[in-house]
Amino acid sequence: MSTTDAPAARPTVDDGFGQVTGRGDSVFRGLATASGYIIMLALAGVAIFLVLEGWPAIQATGEQAYGKDNIVLFVWPLVFGTLLAAVLSLLMAVPLAIGGALVISHYAPRPLAKTLGYLVDLLAAVPSVVYGLWGIGFLAPAILPSYQWLQDKLGWLPFFEGPALSGRTILTASIVLAIMVLPIVTAICREVFAQTPTMHQEAALALGATRWEMIRMTVFPYSRSGVVSAVMLGLGRALGETMAVAMVLSATGIVTFNLISTQNPSTIAANIALNFGNASGLKINVLIFSGLVLFVATFAVNFLGRWIARRGQVKG
Amino acid sequence: MAKSIDISDLDIYYGDFLAVQGVNMTVKARSVTAFIGPSGCGKSTVLRSLNRMHEVIPGARVEGKVVVGGQSLYDEGVDPVAVRRQIGMVFQRPNPFPTMSIYENVLAGNRLNAKRMKKDEADSIVERSLKGANLWEEVKDRLGKPGMGLSGGQQQRLCIARAIAVEPQILLMDEPCSALDPISTSAIEDLIHELKDDYTIVIVTHNMQQAARVSEETAFFNLKATGEPGHLVEFNSTSQMFTNPDEEATEAYISGRFG
Repeated sequence: MSTTDAPAARPTVDDGFGQVTGRGDSVFRGLATASGYIIMLALAGVAIFLVLEGWPAIQATGEQAYGKDNIVLFVWPLVFGTLLAAVLSLLMAVPLAIGGALVISHYAPRPLAKTLGYLVDLLAAVPSVVYGLWGIGFLAPAILPSYQWLQDKLGWLPFFEGPALSGRTILTASIVLAIMVLPIVTAICREVFAQTPTMHQEAALALGATRWEMIRMTVFPYSRSGVVSAVMLGLGRALGETMAVAMVLSATGIVTFNLISTQNPSTIAANIALNFGNASGLKINVLIFSGLVLFVATFAVNFLGRWIARRGQVKG
Repeated sequence: MAKSIDISDLDIYYGDFLAVQGVNMTVKARSVTAFIGPSGCGKSTVLRSLNRMHEVIPGARVEGKVVVGGQSLYDEGVDPVAVRRQIGMVFQRPNPFPTMSIYENVLAGNRLNAKRMKKDEADSIVERSLKGANLWEEVKDRLGKPGMGLSGGQQQRLCIARAIAVEPQILLMDEPCSALDPISTSAIEDLIHELKDDYTIVIVTHNMQQAARVSEETAFFNLKATGEPGHLVEFNSTSQMFTNPDEEATEAYISGRFG
């Protein structure tokens, strides 16, 4: 049977086992396949560009490598700063996100939960430049006294050695990052928590579990892999965030765990944003190479996350 | 251990909607009481109000009294969590905890009481409960395996083992066999016969033969009319309900003329 003449293409009951698959199916199939390939092509294109343009930077030294002896010495502190800022921000954001998501999915009465969920989503819509402005204009000066307090009281810890003279530290940048990561992690956790089957929750409640015990017995185990995915997405955002960090952080590019001093590690993304405008010649390749490192690091983090999520998957 | 339940003038609401009106009955200790009736007549709602599980739905509330062994369940200061620790429940679909082993599933309720259990004490609770649920012989070699790996009927018996592990006073069963095949159903019914020596059992069922087989007393619920709240039509000994009921409506329902 022909599929081109439209009215005849639709078989009637009398046709027996006629041709049922129509033009719509093949069009949709084509579109879906094409989108799949385009995503792969875009990713491959970015990877190829980064490798080709970044490769010459392998030989960069001295002036071309921003005063470092070789490319590794240049990239390593940036990788360190990127990971430090990302991990710090997740340490702050994830407990808040899980708590907030639980309030929305299991604790707050319906109207309040709706409003809260809406506000959290709104937080995601704020552009990162605005977070940067807020960080540099409000948070950095406002938080300086607490850094001085930390230095006074906890200065014996390597993290709080100080000197706490400026609010534009890696810790401030991490706080800003944490606030930026919060909405996406909260939103996903909320969805995952809300999908816990009612029958499991009722099983726990009927045994005499309090709400918190019910959440520990059913909601957390059920949503473990989803929460890991959410954290990984948040980590991806924290690793790649550029503008807010570039604005807030007063970076000197050293490697240190001192979180509140005036000497701060920089991050890859922020470093590229700050230096790309003035770069020329091999310096451009050096910056692109650091971008390649970020690309690979993000990939590695994502694969790790998916692996963890798969291991923790709950069947049934 | 087993206690009777006195229900008087019980009205159950979901928000402003009156779901069940004016229930009065006494459930005897150490016996099986069956709730029958057409879908939507409120029999599950009444059952869930007996251990305050209906409160899980926002807006649900009751008026009237439910008294278990002299203690009113809805008095001020009575914690629903405490009520549920005394009154166990088995659901329509088997719901063992998917992340827990068979062993841990049985102990889930005991672990909630937060007291540290010695290994041999825990072992003996697991063995006693699984034996009580007629499941021990089938699973004793794989206690560490996930509870979800069992067949549907075994899962339901695991849920019964979990419920009796905390030695409740009353066991509520909400259509425990409706998702099971006839052989598993018969295993559960045999189990109910054995359990009634120790527990007060209330069972909701759609299967009238099941009610006739397992219960001593039967309560027939029905809607007064479409859109009206459900109510208790007749509460009588099972033998009388199925041979010579007092109410014509009961007769009509049981003989299959409606519902």
